[in-house]
Amino acid sequence: MNAALRHDQYDVVVIGAGPAGLAATATAAGAGLSTLLLDENAGPGGQVWRAISSTPVKSRAMLGDEYWAGEPIVRAARASGAEMIHRATVWSLDRNLEIGVSIGGGSTVVGAHRVIIATGAQERPFPIPGWTLPGVMTAGAAQTMLKSSGLVPDGRTIIAGQGPLLWLLAAQILRLGGRIDRVLDTTARSNYLTALPHALAFMTSSYFMKGLAMMREVRTRVPVISGVTELAADGDGSLTAVSYVARGKRETMPADLLLLHQGVVPNVNLAMAAGVNHRWDERELCWSPVLDADGASSVEGIAIAGDGAGIGGAQAAIWRGRIAARSAIAALAPEAATKLEPVASLRAELARAERGRAFIDTLFQPARQFRIPAGDTIVCRCEEITAQEILDSVAIGATGPNQLKAYRRTGMGPCQGRLCGLTVTELMAEARGKTPQEIGYYRLRAPVKPITLSELASLPKTEAATQAVVRG
Amino acid sequence: MFKRSNGDARRPVTIFVEGTAVDAREGDTVSAALLASSLDVRRATAVSGAPRLPYCMMGVCFDCLVTIDGVGSRQGCLVPVADGMQIEIRKGKREIGR
Repeated sequence: MNAALRHDQYDVVVIGAGPAGLAATATAAGAGLSTLLLDENAGPGGQVWRAISSTPVKSRAMLGDEYWAGEPIVRAARASGAEMIHRATVWSLDRNLEIGVSIGGGSTVVGAHRVIIATGAQERPFPIPGWTLPGVMTAGAAQTMLKSSGLVPDGRTIIAGQGPLLWLLAAQILRLGGRIDRVLDTTARSNYLTALPHALAFMTSSYFMKGLAMMREVRTRVPVISGVTELAADGDGSLTAVSYVARGKRETMPADLLLLHQGVVPNVNLAMAAGVNHRWDERELCWSPVLDADGASSVEGIAIAGDGAGIGGAQAAIWRGRIAARSAIAALAPEAATKLEPVASLRAELARAERGRAFIDTLFQPARQFRIPAGDTIVCRCEEITAQEILDSVAIGATGPNQLKAYRRTGMGPCQGRLCGLTVTELMAEARGKTPQEIGYYRLRAPVKPITLSELASLPKTEAATQAVVRG
Repeated sequence: MFKRSNGDARRPVTIFVEGTAVDAREGDTVSAALLASSLDVRRATAVSGAPRLPYCMMGVCFDCLVTIDGVGSRQGCLVPVADGMQIEIRKGKREIGR
């Protein structure tokens, strides 16, 4: 028993309070299951609805309808009777469904009959020359500051990359009076052709008109350079310039801030550490968990909902959360499940929300040169290991990401591979003439977020556990 | 690099960055408050001493690591500011006990 949580065992523990986690929580607790929601941030919303209950940006048109669409979902979770704990960092989950969580500087272990991982997505690594310089950030970082603190860029600002979030962020920055000097679009021209077969589904999806309107809003106010094929951040100690090649012509622009974005990928650390099987997704070029139609993973009792299950966006995340919770209810309280909406209608809603994704995924598949760097470009930001150093390690016998750790410590710094893992997999696969699936990924283990040794040592222990290691 | 947009009515909060008072707002994370200040808040990495600023602001990159009220290696992007909070910018490797 511990002070931070009301119980030490719950029917359902949901990890992450974004669209999927909130929807799953409301559904599970609403059906009478004892439900605990653990979330790392200060308030509900995840990334897409970040700071929805505390943002200083009160004018609703500034952040847009899709942001405020989170309000009823947050309300429903809060009214559901679930226990919702924020600033709670889950650092361990295992096959016994035991969850190690750090709350207020102390850790505890809590049990569950079902776990729904809703840890969402992170931005895909964008390893260009100079991406570790102060002044280079992700577009998501700028959007986080915009939503939670009303902060906007005011120096010479360049936004570079591709994908829907890039345009949304640019529109939001401009609406709030921030500065953008140029947008550099890295979408590969050949992608327009490969995405064409998926265009009809996209044009009839909800994304289409909104996307067009947003791009128009940005283009009327900021010069947009498309067909960017090379990109580098320059500076000594801080960013001072951005250079790029578009249509074969190199240009260099002075800059104080470069915001990078080339899509989002599932956050796999917690699920992989729990032993959930993942596979390489050839369309999204990332690892995705292997799941059934209810979101159930290869580990009994663990489901994954939301973008962590494969990128689908906020609306799809809500339905995936409800489906995963519905499945937990069917298993733990079958009589309550009979009163709920049939699963088939939830699945139909999910299919509708996922409409158009194939087009977006194909059109915005990042080009090879922005995923697989060369030479002195840093791949592992924590251990400061370059692409060439990784290739050199392959040349002397490193076979995959796990062996590479012994050669170069890649993935062993504080971020635990979050910002180098995909790059390392693809770089090594290419160098060795294998598929990313064959090359594999870092073996991830708890703690998936750093905690202090003293926190680990002061975990409550059972008598049996103590006896197992005490002599005499 | 960043400025506050108009109409931010949140309560002011004062934090101290290596002893210098910095105005923040309730609901800011430590990293957001640092980036909104005009101070040089670049940390130096443990490996090479290279200067860094926060990169992802969502708990992924660990480039925002700071010492908060004497506790080292905290992710500044996940910790909300509080009045009187003492922040130190990391210069190089972590020291034992902090």
